[in-house]
Amino acid sequence: MSQDLLNALALFVLAILVGFEVISKVPATLHTPLMSGANSIHGIVLVGAMLIAATADNTLSYLLAFVAVVFGAANVVGGYVVTDRMLQMFRKRPNAPAAGKAEK
Amino acid sequence: MSQEWLNTLVFAAWLAGAAAFVLGLHQMNSPATARGGNRLSAGGMAVAVIATLIWLILRPGGLSSFALVIIVAGFVIGGGLGFYLARGVKMTAMPQLVSLFNAVGGGAAALVAIDDYIRGVSLGHIDVPTAIFVVLGAVIGSVTFSGSLIAGGKLQGVIAGKPIIFPGSRLVTIAMALITLIGFVVLVLGAAGTIVLSSAVAILLLALIVVAALIFGITMVLPIGGADMPVVISLLNSFTGTAAAMAGFVINNPVLIIAGALVGASGAILTKLMADAMNRSIANIMVGGFGGGDSGAVAITGAEGGSVREISPDDAAIQLAYAQKVIVVPGYGLAVAQAQHAVRELAELLESRGVEVSYAIHPVAGRMPGHMNVLLAEANVPYPQLREMEEVNPEFARADVALVVGANDVTNPAARTNPASPIYGMPILDVDAAKSIVVIKRSMGRGYAGIDNELYTNPKTGMLFADAKEGLAQLAQAVKAL
Repeated sequence: MSQDLLNALALFVLAILVGFEVISKVPATLHTPLMSGANSIHGIVLVGAMLIAATADNTLSYLLAFVAVVFGAANVVGGYVVTDRMLQMFRKRPNAPAAGKAEK
Repeated sequence: MSQEWLNTLVFAAWLAGAAAFVLGLHQMNSPATARGGNRLSAGGMAVAVIATLIWLILRPGGLSSFALVIIVAGFVIGGGLGFYLARGVKMTAMPQLVSLFNAVGGGAAALVAIDDYIRGVSLGHIDVPTAIFVVLGAVIGSVTFSGSLIAGGKLQGVIAGKPIIFPGSRLVTIAMALITLIGFVVLVLGAAGTIVLSSAVAILLLALIVVAALIFGITMVLPIGGADMPVVISLLNSFTGTAAAMAGFVINNPVLIIAGALVGASGAILTKLMADAMNRSIANIMVGGFGGGDSGAVAITGAEGGSVREISPDDAAIQLAYAQKVIVVPGYGLAVAQAQHAVRELAELLESRGVEVSYAIHPVAGRMPGHMNVLLAEANVPYPQLREMEEVNPEFARADVALVVGANDVTNPAARTNPASPIYGMPILDVDAAKSIVVIKRSMGRGYAGIDNELYTNPKTGMLFADAKEGLAQLAQAVKAL
């Protein structure tokens, strides 16, 4: 196996261990935002999509790269925005009744 | 700037992004720092993406203007769509949106792997590790794509929530898994040179594998009941992370590998925590067939022969208003009825009369782990009032009234007492320990698990038949009038 691959495997294993360690302490209250936050992180495939777009040289490649960029961008932007919306609602005590508007 | 400098800088930006993801996730440990953590993670993402773009433009050979258009247009369309959906979604519909984002993430990972393979095969150099990672990335990404769409469809109600099993569906699932596996072996052998595959055959074979994986994703999720969707979504989220890491191996990119592995691992932990909260194994959930979905219309009494005592809003209001301690048990019914604001209004009325109010949150209340917390937070309920199951269970004995709003299975004592019950062994909220119980419920319909709840025939229980929002409004009205 090439040195590149071995390095990549080492990164992979260490990152898995970090993932286990970081998550096992999160309280159930935050599980939804957490899942949503992790969901945005895998939007990093956007970077991969950009890289394949840069090396594309035929119609099929351009098409695949385009769809991949659209998908990745939707994942990243939507994921972070919806997580932020969720988290901004967690307050220690209600300050303004902004969210309490009557829903009639 | 020299090429080497450029490479070093973009690598540093990727590492900074990866570090921000880890630290951001870490800050999600507490509600006080969670928002900052998410923003840190988003900042890391922005750094990684922008650095990649600059690097692509500045490196020798540069970025063709057509590729730049593809990237920018794709980002504007995808990002705009994501932003629009994320801003507009109602908090009750959030699990399906997360599922949709998960689907496209998996799809993107699969496309990256597929594209790299097509290029490599046409140039005639695909080594064995690359072939392995390509097929893994394409398969996991495709399964996530179709599986998450089905899961989201079930949550949205576009697809029936109940387990869908058509004749031979298991066979189809197994056949698709076999096709994927055989194709995988053939492509790897082809890369090793053991068998000779022309590039056209290899690409066709990969296409076949992808189609089989897409079908597999559909037939895997269809038989799983709506009540188990939170676990499925969490598992698929973990899959997408893994697919992103595989794509990272394919194009040899460290930030994809780190971020993907991070999400894969954290998603796996989360899935395990949720399965534990239902006292079921992940395998048992994935096999499916459990739970009847939202069966609403089955109007029959609770446990055999037990009679149900109906209570009027006025009587219930008196109980609540003169109680010292009230524990509210919210469930999915509350979410469906959008009653999170109504419950907070009632709670505030009670608090102004000196009643101590807290909320008991079951880990799988709602349609996503922690979903209920998000809904109540949206209604401005202070999070210290939201209590987790282990913490609140001993307190039910001291509660004068437990007010159950649209929760069913998570309060069913059969989970403790009846070994024949499908939910036997699932940790539940000890609502029946409270001095009296008021249940707001639309009808005597069963819960998601499709079983009867003997809590409703308990002599201490008064049933208030109403939509969650209406019932809470009636209660608030009656408390005000006292």
